[in-house]
Amino acid sequence: MAADNDERKVPLTSLEKLSRRAFLSRAGAASVATAAVGIASPLTAAKEVSAPQSEAPDSAPAGSVPITLTVNGTTHQLRVDPRATVLDTLRESLHFTGTKKGCDHGQCGACTIHVNGRRANSCLLFATMQQKAEITTIEGLGTPEKMHMLQAAFVEHDGYQCGYCTSGQIMSAAAMLKESWGPTDQDVKEALSGNICRCGAYPNIVAAVQACRHRNA
Amino acid sequence: MQPFELITVSTVPEAIKVQAGSSTAQQGADIRFIAGGTNLVDYMKLNVETPRQLVDINALPLDRIEALQDGGMKLGALARNSDVARHEEVQRKYPVLSQALLSGASAQLRNMATTAGNLLQKTRCVYYRDTAFGCNKRTPGSGCSAIGGHNRMLAILGTSGSCIASNPSDQNIALAALDATVHITGKTGDRKVPISSFFLLPGATPQRETVLEPGDLITHVTVPALPSDAKSAYLKLRDRASYEFALASAAIVMEQKNGHISFIRVAMGGVGSVPWRSHEAEKVLHAKAPTPANFRAAAEAALHGARPQSQNGFKVELAKRCLTHALTQVSKQA
Repeated sequence: MAADNDERKVPLTSLEKLSRRAFLSRAGAASVATAAVGIASPLTAAKEVSAPQSEAPDSAPAGSVPITLTVNGTTHQLRVDPRATVLDTLRESLHFTGTKKGCDHGQCGACTIHVNGRRANSCLLFATMQQKAEITTIEGLGTPEKMHMLQAAFVEHDGYQCGYCTSGQIMSAAAMLKESWGPTDQDVKEALSGNICRCGAYPNIVAAVQACRHRNA
Repeated sequence: MQPFELITVSTVPEAIKVQAGSSTAQQGADIRFIAGGTNLVDYMKLNVETPRQLVDINALPLDRIEALQDGGMKLGALARNSDVARHEEVQRKYPVLSQALLSGASAQLRNMATTAGNLLQKTRCVYYRDTAFGCNKRTPGSGCSAIGGHNRMLAILGTSGSCIASNPSDQNIALAALDATVHITGKTGDRKVPISSFFLLPGATPQRETVLEPGDLITHVTVPALPSDAKSAYLKLRDRASYEFALASAAIVMEQKNGHISFIRVAMGGVGSVPWRSHEAEKVLHAKAPTPANFRAAAEAALHGARPQSQNGFKVELAKRCLTHALTQVSKQA
């Protein structure tokens, strides 16, 4: 309860513009700073690390190769390790963190993106091999202000608990809407079987997808 | 993952020339073709495959799916599994192939995985996947950890004292029942290999899985025309309803005339070290009536040589029932 009380003392205005990820990364940095210096308050430390960090062009790691990657309609030029997957490049280099890393072996579907309009597991694609592809991530599907109908349907039908698989579920379902599948709930389950939800939100996911399919029909 | 160099090629001769520099085209190849990558990238992450060069062949013109004049079909090496499965002519001529493809993996993986990549799909044996264990297929001479180990998913037909790994592909079971031909081009020109000769039994050299040599590139697979009234189907039994490898599966092609089976091909998945064509079952059924007794007799014949391991004895009866059920289903289509 003490922790709760402490949290309430933090002015809400300073937090409400922070994304969960930004908050966690700052809080993590803050705790390191606190441990090292022993005096800085978390919020002071957070301000220090929140300064924009520009990457020097010559700081590319040895062995990296230049690539061009088109994500959500924007072309990015960057250097990556030849071993970098599209998933890692999206998250670590381009900071499209909506695409999630689950198993990293093509078994869970959390990393599902669209490559030239078709769904694929981004953990099994080398970034160097997708330079001519049009990549779409969850960030390119819709925005909080203008959600894709599947995103809105997932909210409406509560298609998640922890939310970790959600972007993959939605990207997979968005592709399914353009593919040839039968009309039943069972067809949705089969079409989305490559997306695992360990919370077990499947009934609500199916409901959300079916709501969109009925709207499309 | 070990560092590697990516080489992109735009012509078939170029691809052959680069890969011909590899020590082998089999397990442990230091130069590997990469297409969809759904299998290879996984195994590279596990350090089961450690190529120093990857040859990206996606730009080669090998992705077409075409009808042949003789009524058969040609499936390009780079045709994606989802495109083959959803191809209208494939669905009409070879339901067994479409069904097998759609029963495998997930929609995401099928969008990337290719015809030739699926042909070369590696086993899912947990010891092959884990470099901490001995595995004669991955590291020749290191022993088979699966014999006496966790072998519930593994093969009961075509195994050896060196390896009991099962071939995980669904596509290949359908292609075996369709008597497909693998077309290869290499250093010495083109050659055609019947699918029944393409895969090698493990014997004492489980690291050698196919007839491929360095520089060999699969260009396409041809599937012959079936008899005009032939029906076909794929039945897959597994631990969960979707997105799972087969415990047992059956691919059947059958034609009936005047109440008798005039044409029959039987192949089984999940039980063989290679895609398992059962000439024994076919022999039992040929020119016989499509009765439950004959179907069961065919299943008994198909599993006659089964050698179950410590945990997969259940597969013997499961495979028999799978085969019997699939034969019954197809016979009713006629």
